[in-house]
Amino acid sequence: MAAMVGAARPGAGDGKAVLGADEIRRALTRIGHEILERTDGGGDVVLLGIPTRGVPLARRLAGRLAQAEAADVPFGSLDVTLYRDDLRLRPARALGHTEVPPGGIDGKIVILVDDVLYSGRTVRAALDALSDIGRPRAVQLAVLVDRGHRELPIRPDYVGKNLPTSKREQVRVLLAETDGVDAVRLLAGPGSPGAGGGPPRAGGGPPGQGAQARPAESRQPGAGGPAGGDR
Amino acid sequence: MNRHLISAADLSRQDALDILDTAEELAGLAGRQIPKLPTLRGRTVVNLFYEDSTRTRTSFEVAAKRLSADVINFSAKGSSVAKGESLKDTALTLQAMGADAVVIRHGASGAPHRLARWVAGSVINAGDGTHEHPTQALLDAFTIRRRLGRVDGLRVAIVGDVLHSRVARSNVWLLHTLGAKVTLVAPPTLLPVAVGSWPCATSYDLPAVLPVSDVVMMLRVQRERMADAYFPSVREYSRRYGLDADRLALLPGHAIVMHPGPMNRGVEIAADVADSPRSTVVEQVANGVAVRMAVLYLLLGGGTAGAATGDDRG
Repeated sequence: MAAMVGAARPGAGDGKAVLGADEIRRALTRIGHEILERTDGGGDVVLLGIPTRGVPLARRLAGRLAQAEAADVPFGSLDVTLYRDDLRLRPARALGHTEVPPGGIDGKIVILVDDVLYSGRTVRAALDALSDIGRPRAVQLAVLVDRGHRELPIRPDYVGKNLPTSKREQVRVLLAETDGVDAVRLLAGPGSPGAGGGPPRAGGGPPGQGAQARPAESRQPGAGGPAGGDR
Repeated sequence: MNRHLISAADLSRQDALDILDTAEELAGLAGRQIPKLPTLRGRTVVNLFYEDSTRTRTSFEVAAKRLSADVINFSAKGSSVAKGESLKDTALTLQAMGADAVVIRHGASGAPHRLARWVAGSVINAGDGTHEHPTQALLDAFTIRRRLGRVDGLRVAIVGDVLHSRVARSNVWLLHTLGAKVTLVAPPTLLPVAVGSWPCATSYDLPAVLPVSDVVMMLRVQRERMADAYFPSVREYSRRYGLDADRLALLPGHAIVMHPGPMNRGVEIAADVADSPRSTVVEQVANGVAVRMAVLYLLLGGGTAGAATGDDRG
């Protein structure tokens, strides 16, 4: 969510590919197994996706859990717009859909699902929204991409991929349900030279993916998409 | 979305759909353990009511409180208005108190329009004279959409005292914007002279219109505005333009009966019709809170960048 600021999403051809459809599929399968491990089979788990792209991810994870353990895990969606702390920075936004599974969340292990974890403010808003719906036994966080630059003391429990980024860059998650294709792409943002990226996130990513190399890498010569060529 | 909500005619189709969609989501939150949202914390909403109203004022108050706004009720009785303060002076007082939104009901058509020039916050028209009552039209459209699944293409009959009805005016414009076909049904004396310029059809014959209507909206006979004799007797009006069980049977099976309230049972609507399952009167009141929350959120929930730069959106 936090990475979606700005204009409409470009097509799958823009920016630098970070994850493809196969890698997203494998990451979700792995997260599904991690959830089963850490929650003793997922008995009390409720998956809540944060609109827009957290919702199809939650649905897919529920499918993975059902495949692995043949257990039906309830899933739903949790819109956090009305709880955001940056509402006054932009015109009023349309609300996403909130749908809590019929069993509610009291006493359950709620796993929040989102596409990109960035500042952590969306998750903060989600925690506030949860407390108005009920009292879960525990709340965990699953994200497809953790791009660093946290502004709040929040960390994910399940991560598809740690992706060291510069603050100028934009991470775009595209999903078949919403965008027709599964992909994660890194776009060089329209950043101004003075507003250079924040401190690189140390040790967050796999070896060989130094954060400082990212901005240069992402500017592919000749790949001038609308966002990529805007500097 | 404009900064104010003065007239349903100002709403584009997209504005109206945004409000209805937002209201739909907000209505879904009403059943939660804690139905209160933190969205408008620190904002002040003033209810400025120069005419008596229970349901509209309460509905706005509940809506604002559900969104955590502070609500100040300012009714003409018992305030400095009773001592002769002008609307403009009252407006400047509210301005000085830092009202982020003023919800105004006034007996004079156009009062909210004037007020909008005097205050920095948003002005929401809660009924001005015989002009408009846009949030009522929005909640009616919302109720129609919830019951029948859509508004586009539906045939809506609005029956009764159209001349004095701000509800009818707002509904004609909003339902037209949303793609419905509106027919006004009233005695000739209770249709405004300019009705020919409105985007709707007219008829004097209720039994002929009912079989081809998906929605019938009965208007209250506003006795307090009836200084002149618009019809010979209440009894005759009721026989020609009232909705009783026999006329209800003329409607298609799926059709719904609406009334903005308060009802004159036995005049424009028979008691058994008002209490029938096809009547949406109670739903309309419940939906009013969700729709008014949506309006307050869309007007006040966003950024203040526009207000800070002198506002170019109004």
